[in-house]
Amino acid sequence: MSKLPKPNEMLRINYMPPKTGWQETPVDFRPGTFLYSGRPESLETVGLPNPRQWSPEDEDWKLPENWKEIILEGLRERLDKFRSLRIFMDTCVRCGACADKCHFYLGSGDPKNMPVLRAELLRSVYRKDFTTAGKIFGKFAGARELTVDVLKEWFYYFFQCTECRRCSVFCPYGLDTAEITMIARELLNLVGLNIDWVVTPVANCYMKGNHLGIQPHGLVDSFEMLCDDIYDITGIQLDISFNRKGAEVLYVPPSGDVFADPGTHGLMGQLMLLHETGLDYTLSTYNSEGGNFGLFTSHEMMKRLNAKIYAEAKRLGVKWILGGECGHMWRVIHQYMDTMNGPADFLEVPKSPITGTVFEHAKSTKMIHITEFTADLIKHNKIKLDPSRNDNYIVTFHDSCNPSRAMGLLEEPRYILKNVCNNFYEMPEDTIREKTFCCGSGAGLGADENMEMRLRGGFPRANAVKYVHEKHGVNMLACICAIDRASLPPLMHYWVPGVSVCGVHELVGNALVMKGEKKRESTLRFEPIGTEEDE
Amino acid sequence: MGLTFSLLLVAALILAVFLGVEALGLSFLFAIVIPYLAIATFIIGFILRVVKWGKTPVPFRIPTTCGQQKSLPWIKQNKIDNPFSTAGVVARMALEVLFFRSLFRNTKAELVDGERLTYQWEKWLWLGGLIFHWSMLIVVTRHLRIFLDPVPGFVRIIEKFDGFFTVDLQNVYITGILLLAAVTFLFIRRVVIPQVRYISFAADYFPLLLIGSIAASGILMKYFFRVDLVAIKELTVGLFSFSPVVPQGVSALFYIHLFLVCVLISYIPFSKIMHMGGIFLSPTRNMANNSRAVRHINPWNYPVKVHTYEEYENEFRDKMRAVGLPLEKDGSEKEAAAAKE
Repeated sequence: MSKLPKPNEMLRINYMPPKTGWQETPVDFRPGTFLYSGRPESLETVGLPNPRQWSPEDEDWKLPENWKEIILEGLRERLDKFRSLRIFMDTCVRCGACADKCHFYLGSGDPKNMPVLRAELLRSVYRKDFTTAGKIFGKFAGARELTVDVLKEWFYYFFQCTECRRCSVFCPYGLDTAEITMIARELLNLVGLNIDWVVTPVANCYMKGNHLGIQPHGLVDSFEMLCDDIYDITGIQLDISFNRKGAEVLYVPPSGDVFADPGTHGLMGQLMLLHETGLDYTLSTYNSEGGNFGLFTSHEMMKRLNAKIYAEAKRLGVKWILGGECGHMWRVIHQYMDTMNGPADFLEVPKSPITGTVFEHAKSTKMIHITEFTADLIKHNKIKLDPSRNDNYIVTFHDSCNPSRAMGLLEEPRYILKNVCNNFYEMPEDTIREKTFCCGSGAGLGADENMEMRLRGGFPRANAVKYVHEKHGVNMLACICAIDRASLPPLMHYWVPGVSVCGVHELVGNALVMKGEKKRESTLRFEPIGTEEDE
Repeated sequence: MGLTFSLLLVAALILAVFLGVEALGLSFLFAIVIPYLAIATFIIGFILRVVKWGKTPVPFRIPTTCGQQKSLPWIKQNKIDNPFSTAGVVARMALEVLFFRSLFRNTKAELVDGERLTYQWEKWLWLGGLIFHWSMLIVVTRHLRIFLDPVPGFVRIIEKFDGFFTVDLQNVYITGILLLAAVTFLFIRRVVIPQVRYISFAADYFPLLLIGSIAASGILMKYFFRVDLVAIKELTVGLFSFSPVVPQGVSALFYIHLFLVCVLISYIPFSKIMHMGGIFLSPTRNMANNSRAVRHINPWNYPVKVHTYEEYENEFRDKMRAVGLPLEKDGSEKEAAAAKE
């Protein structure tokens, strides 16, 4: 890992474009800004083409001989399959409204991080080979030849986009860079260009049901450890089950939360809540999380990983599915799952057995978000909460990209937070809800080797946290995304020391008054309740 | 480079028509042949492009949601920015097409004191764009007077309001002036803002210069170098009734105006100006966010290779049994048998 610049050095950002035009400015694989290549074994596991050892810094990327043909044919095929791609290639007017909406542009000043230029990287090639104007006028029509250098540029910049869709909110035609990046990554994958932080989790998830590659017995152990912690804190022994047939609900937890703090605390909160409600649910080891790095690889890979959720629900004979606090997972579940792997006609419309609420908005997909479930419980007074147990925390909420811009899950988590803690402050309006800023590490970019770029991309988010930290003393950043819980702590540590990160259900777990619990002396972090926590 | 190229191209087009009409006497070409070709190119090209878009499937429901979803009944849904129903989508699209809703969100980000990111009010692009497009629509509608006989009532009404102001006892059409002003603003903005200039190429400057020249030549004809409107109407009505005649005594200025319009409309199907059709088909805006309630069908959905539970259990059966996980097939007897052999 390369040495990180200090924050004040990092902020010497030059927003002035370089002297050379963007087509004449070659890509610079500067350490700290790009990601390592996918290891061949992982590609082989899921049958991706051209597995081999290579590095982005190498001159020779060991591409197949007919790589250009493969890419152009792949592009042609996708132009015929996705209206989005055609429209997004043809209608951009380069008005520039998107330019300063991208967190990577704001954090780096690199003009190719303006969404419009990121799209032009692909669009220029599209023009050259698929439009009349481009064929005749070439460069004057903004067309360029697909070369190895162009391909390298694609690799660098399409793995420097977190598919957060913020630019799409501001675009007058709704052009969505996430869609362009997704399809560009599909093309890159056709010739074996992927990053290890995506393809190895994909291989893990494919074979073992979770991105970390935890095997069934390890998973059971990990959950038991969480239950032990819960016992120590509450005096209540949770009885959780795996792969249990006949349960009413299949609970699909967030990605990777069982593995590391603060995800573990959020997961504990979710388990405690489910216990307290008495919901008849089971977990699955075959499909032990809902995260889907296939989304960062190709539509096909997304479908292959996602297929497990319905398959397992069917095998176990549950009635409906409950999903945890996870960002990208919810993009897939909300906008793709039913289309790809439905219809889920073997399930029933989700109905909360505790409140009787029927979740009509999920009547086809048959899967609801845990914050929808919990907000409904609170509204109906079905759980007892003591928000003062979170009095050490002055909380703000980070809207995760996908639940906000690909779903609109905005009020449910806020409603919960306002009921489980006494100190809640919003960040500035331009940085929350549909205008929220990405953590800088989404879409598979949460590796160590690109830490500088992650911190740059996360700067706009961190800066808004800093604002409420200074103004209201905010010391806790709540979120509903597993990648956030992994990536925001180092981001806060770097830009806004003194702010911790938690899942919304960690605060629920703290506030939840459980039947028969002992007097709570510590939070789910084993920090004392009611006294100043150590910094 | 793109800027110079576009300037030269527009200048060359103007020079070509001027020389063509004045020196070579190619009035027939510029008054009749080229307009027919341009209209045909526009209509056929536009239809082909939209049909191509329309025929391409929409495999997934991918709206960009910009407000609260419809979920629990007591949570207030944002019915327009996050529509669940077709009515909501229509409202969203109407706001988008008529008032540029998304562009209205625009802000300008700035790093203040090298450490604080701020998002400032920036509606000039929205305002300039809105004035440009609305003026253009009204100006084009006003031109129906020249094509239609009798002049339709709504054209007269538009003219009346548009020409509300008078200068030297002459009606001044405000939209004509606004169109030229707005196109000039959009052009200057593109040249002056370094980032916007950086992303621009010939295809961005050319239409602006073309439309600017058309507006300017129109204004010159209307207020400064009056042209023979009767003769022009004779030409246009003739064109539309397929019995065209080359009008007599029409100035070169008119030919310049007409020719640039022909270039513009024949250029549309091959250019970014197609955004006027594209906006209606943009999947992030024209779809309802109801994907969990109504199953969206992907016409090319195909079966994929998955790792089944059976394969998973086969790999981990022993480990699963060791921690007491339920199994579909308890292979212990089989294994014992295999061990015996």
